[in-house]
Amino acid sequence: MEQEATRDAYGKVLVELGRQNPDIVVLDADTSSSTRTNWFAKEFPDRFFNFGVAEANMIGYAAGLALAGKIPFVSSFAVFGSIRPYEQIRTSICWPNLNVKIVLTHAGISVGEDGASHQAIEDIAAMRVLPNMSVIVPGDSNETRRVIFACCEHKGPVYIRLGRAKFPLLPDVEFKIGKARIVKEGKDISLIACGLMVFEALKAAEMLDRDGISARVINMPTIKPIDREAIILAAKETKGIITAEEHSIIGGLGSAVCEVLAEEKPAIVKRIGIQDVFGTSGKPEELMSYFKVDARAIYEEAIKILNFEC
Amino acid sequence: MNNVILKIADTSRKIRRLIIEMLSLAGSGHPGGSLSSVEIIASLYFHIMRHNPSNPLWEDRDRFILSKGHCCPTLYAALAISGYFSQEELKTLRRLGSILQGHSDRLQTPGVEMSTGSLGQGLSCACGMALGGKLSQKDFFVFCLLGDGETQEGQIWEAAMSASHYKLDNLISFLDYNKLQIDGRVSDIMNIEPLVDKWRAFGWEVMEIDGHNIEEIISCVDRAKKIKDKPKMIIAHTIKGKGVSFMEGRVEWHGVAPTKEEAERALKELG
Repeated sequence: MEQEATRDAYGKVLVELGRQNPDIVVLDADTSSSTRTNWFAKEFPDRFFNFGVAEANMIGYAAGLALAGKIPFVSSFAVFGSIRPYEQIRTSICWPNLNVKIVLTHAGISVGEDGASHQAIEDIAAMRVLPNMSVIVPGDSNETRRVIFACCEHKGPVYIRLGRAKFPLLPDVEFKIGKARIVKEGKDISLIACGLMVFEALKAAEMLDRDGISARVINMPTIKPIDREAIILAAKETKGIITAEEHSIIGGLGSAVCEVLAEEKPAIVKRIGIQDVFGTSGKPEELMSYFKVDARAIYEEAIKILNFEC
Repeated sequence: MNNVILKIADTSRKIRRLIIEMLSLAGSGHPGGSLSSVEIIASLYFHIMRHNPSNPLWEDRDRFILSKGHCCPTLYAALAISGYFSQEELKTLRRLGSILQGHSDRLQTPGVEMSTGSLGQGLSCACGMALGGKLSQKDFFVFCLLGDGETQEGQIWEAAMSASHYKLDNLISFLDYNKLQIDGRVSDIMNIEPLVDKWRAFGWEVMEIDGHNIEEIISCVDRAKKIKDKPKMIIAHTIKGKGVSFMEGRVEWHGVAPTKEEAERALKELG
């Protein structure tokens, strides 16, 4: 099965964008060889700016460049580019509603061996609460490409969350900001996932299928503005919902889904994610099993919900 | 030149009156630092900067970022006198629905280039604008005004390092060195000296002036504009609360608005 890390797709698409649009500028804080913005830097050295290890300043530059008519793409690791310069993003980007794209890699526990300091599990929650900010977690490389193009067209701040690890590709279909898509139809239970958890949800759906359970798998790349309709429909048409994300269960996709359901169509929900603890060192696949953020965990929760229902 | 200076001095007096009037009406705000920055902002808007109040977004305009955003009354007064909006608006400062927010908001006020108020962030943004200007081969200048207490923020020094790294010679920043911050004297709270040495060490051309001397402000900017390949820092020695005897050099007036009676006394002094 073909595999690619979403950060690799980002690196490639930035170069493409750079060729099409001379206003694209790229900013990084000494992580360009990991975020893959160094590919853009190589082709467009005059439009690439490295700030060294100084993320707060980088965010301020992005604001200024946006005000001067440029389209800044700002990259770093998800921890250091989101919550480290958080108040700068809030006050210098979101409040003045500037056209800055914050694209951070190495999100979640799939970072692996680097451990807790480098594993962002709170970035979606932090970015989601900022007015004017959109939050997108592409499900794979193909979607990353489409997301980056769509966000370049969109005016206003966007946070795009990418990963370090290579992951299998999903079918390459259209992407629209704010729209979920059903990647597998099902009538018994709904699995709503983002990022690399979409693939895990598909694996869980196969496992459920073998037990005669039909699971709907929904890829929800846009966490904000969230696709309320897709969530409500899932609650109406299936017996329960499982959310899956490589992020804290507090404040991320799971919370966003619960917020919609609590107001519109109360349903049984189980949130798969990091259970309010910090990450740790280990291989990505070991960590996903250790923290119960994988297909097996989704499968087990689905069975529990359906047993409860019956 | 003499006429120019006299005119700016008179406008400065007018701005000071407006600051007192609008703060007194608003019932809250920051008179001390607003009054210390008057001559700098007046010289910028009424002589130094290339700008067009009837076309605030003119591409080739010089830009000004008030990094010490709490002193926006001075900026609002200068913008109103310039004609960006009516002077009547000044009476609505800090009120619900006003275009004049408690700290400057670029989406609300014509002529305000950047939303500020959270200290330490404006310089990075000014740097980004200056860099953007260079990328687009524009010849505009970006001016920035920092507070002294503000330079205690680490981000200021990140910006300082990067501005010389990128040789932003189209960036001219002032530092309103009134030596007081909310909690007391800057040198007691967290000493920022030696200021000249610091900025010089970060690769900036540094000049020191009397921040209330209009002639010095103008000639200093003239010199700064000609210096190539590095950013410029003008350390302007000022008096907090300048122009109102009972506010001058008094830390209590950092963030308290004058009462109606106090405002009347202040206006009488300002003439």
